[in-house]
Amino acid sequence: MNAMTSLARTLAFACACIALLLSPVASASGPGKLDHAPIDLRDAASLQSGAKIFVNYCLNCHPASVMRYNRLRDLGLTEEQIRENLLFSADKVGEMMNVGLTRKDAKESFGAAPPDLSVIARSRGADWLYTYMRAFYRDSGSLTGWNNLLFDRVAMPHALWTLSGQAALEVRDFKTEDAAIAAKLQTRSFSRLETSGEGDGKRYLLKTTRISTPGLQTAAQYDATVGDLVNYLVWMSEPDQLFRKHVGIVVLFVLLVLLVLTRALYKNFWKDVH
Amino acid sequence: MAATQKEPVNITCAGPLNGMASGLLTWIDQRFPLMENWRSHLAEYYAPKNFNFWYYFGSLAMLVLVLQIVTGIFLTMHYKPDATLAFASVEYIMREVPFGWLIRYMHSTGSSAFFIVVYLHMFRGLLYGSYRKPRELLWIFGVVIYLCMMGEAFFGYLLPWGQMSYWGAQVIVNLFATIPVIGPDLSLWIRGDYVVSDATLNRFFALHVIAIPLVLLGLVAAHLLALHEVGSNNPDGIEIKAHKDAQGRPLDGIPFHPYYVVKDIYGVVVFLIVFAIILFFMPEMGGYFLEHNNFIPADPLKTPEHIVVVWYFTPYYSMLRAIPPMFNSQFPGVAVMGAATMILFLLPWLDRSPVKSIRYKGPIFKWALALFVVALVVLGYLGTVLTNEWGQFGAWMGGAERATVAARVFTLIYFLFFILMPWYSVIDKTKPEPQRVTG
Repeated sequence: MNAMTSLARTLAFACACIALLLSPVASASGPGKLDHAPIDLRDAASLQSGAKIFVNYCLNCHPASVMRYNRLRDLGLTEEQIRENLLFSADKVGEMMNVGLTRKDAKESFGAAPPDLSVIARSRGADWLYTYMRAFYRDSGSLTGWNNLLFDRVAMPHALWTLSGQAALEVRDFKTEDAAIAAKLQTRSFSRLETSGEGDGKRYLLKTTRISTPGLQTAAQYDATVGDLVNYLVWMSEPDQLFRKHVGIVVLFVLLVLLVLTRALYKNFWKDVH
Repeated sequence: MAATQKEPVNITCAGPLNGMASGLLTWIDQRFPLMENWRSHLAEYYAPKNFNFWYYFGSLAMLVLVLQIVTGIFLTMHYKPDATLAFASVEYIMREVPFGWLIRYMHSTGSSAFFIVVYLHMFRGLLYGSYRKPRELLWIFGVVIYLCMMGEAFFGYLLPWGQMSYWGAQVIVNLFATIPVIGPDLSLWIRGDYVVSDATLNRFFALHVIAIPLVLLGLVAAHLLALHEVGSNNPDGIEIKAHKDAQGRPLDGIPFHPYYVVKDIYGVVVFLIVFAIILFFMPEMGGYFLEHNNFIPADPLKTPEHIVVVWYFTPYYSMLRAIPPMFNSQFPGVAVMGAATMILFLLPWLDRSPVKSIRYKGPIFKWALALFVVALVVLGYLGTVLTNEWGQFGAWMGGAERATVAARVFTLIYFLFFILMPWYSVIDKTKPEPQRVTG
């Protein structure tokens, strides 16, 4: 067999295998298209701002029990800065991000213990988190007074409401599915399409949220805040991920050199095989 | 053979070390059959010269086995087989252990790579009839290795103690509970508790890190010994030992060392490039190699709405779900799943074609093999999604789920490939085999 075609076939086969496997598995069951989270792990300012929001707003109830405070040095912060600005729930920067709230107390207060957020970005996905944090609305029927368009009847109240303001649920009613989809395409943020009734009485309900009482931030500012927070959560879920890619480039370079050498060795030995 | 009768060792390296190295080798050789094994398994093991792309996967499987064992040893240095500590200890490895993430990803990517390589290795056997006489036992050792790998993967998958680890184990152990009469006691014995718990985790750890690997290594040795006894098959499916030169060396054979050693080293580098791309840039492989739900710690009180097994088990999982319960028991589905693996043992006796290789087999076998591959891929895909993925048929089919019906059809095709083989392999129009390998 011709050597080049053999190599080309090997590579083509490998690529085909990867392509086949790459079609992603849905990370979370959720209706509709999620909003796209602006993730940039090289943006230190965004990660630092995200860390600040995380420590101030999330870390009161949610632990990140495998994350050490001093790991935040990777984001360009000094131990001094961490100790003075971010260390609320621990005494030393070498400690883990745990919270005072016990699981038992949390269960009594919220009905469900707030999940550990160490690797939440790896189970939920960045887009889900980004959408979720921007989908809270006021619901007088719920225990906390809050509900969420993405996660219906969620036990968590809206922790960032002072920033975002308070949103209300808006339901628009359509007779045909086409009209509902057309309206859905025009909504700028996450929306949910539901149906009610049967047969001729079937209606299409398009649910969206709209700010009714403004908060400290405008909608655009709040989107950026949540973007920073999710960026931080993605970083925290695997702090070594950028380093991993850097190592990968070096390893691939070495392997490519080896590829040339081992191929030459193989071809040289096989010259006398007919 | 007495030590004194052995051929003198011939070492060709120049310089002052020559005498010393040669002396050492002689010293060893008089006490241990080092050169004898070197010759019989490498330097004078004659392999057909016409191996193609498909023949890389045997040595690659050995490479991945070694990778798994070495990375596994380092993981056990930091992993805690305890239900309250396991999940966090894996994250400890990912964050606090220097290059722990690399070891962990090598191991998690390696387990999927092991199955990919072994599936391709088995497919090669199907293509060229490598299971036919005199290689039946070689094939059987291989199938037992495959079964051990499935056990090894299953036990290992519980260890990270995530939601999918936990509920996947729960589902699979419950399969044993469906076996009539002994089932409930058997599943209790496997778990060591009434639900998957700390006791289960501890014993699965023992099985994963020592019991099964020991058996695997023994089987791999037996697989290689059987291979070197009968000699390798080749893409033409003819015996190279039928034509030998005056010294008794096969005319179409070349010594494994150096020819296939240098060729396989090249293959290893190509494999490592693909492996490194996955490991460093997409270790989760879109949720197939590391499932998203497995980043949620195991919670015995919260069943995930969609329990998915890892990709390499999904064809069997599809079969299991496709078979409806009968006589108030899920056992028929379990039995079908078991039969799907057991039927592989019979393959050497099901194929009655006069030729071994697909190159000389007729159109019926080619179609049958193509259908078999399609069935496996579709069953594999259906095992990753919910059974309502493709919606339902209309009233004419009683509103049955399309995916379930498809899974039944493809399960049937999977089995028919084997069951009908004794007939279609005989009536198929084969081409004459060549006398010598065709390159």
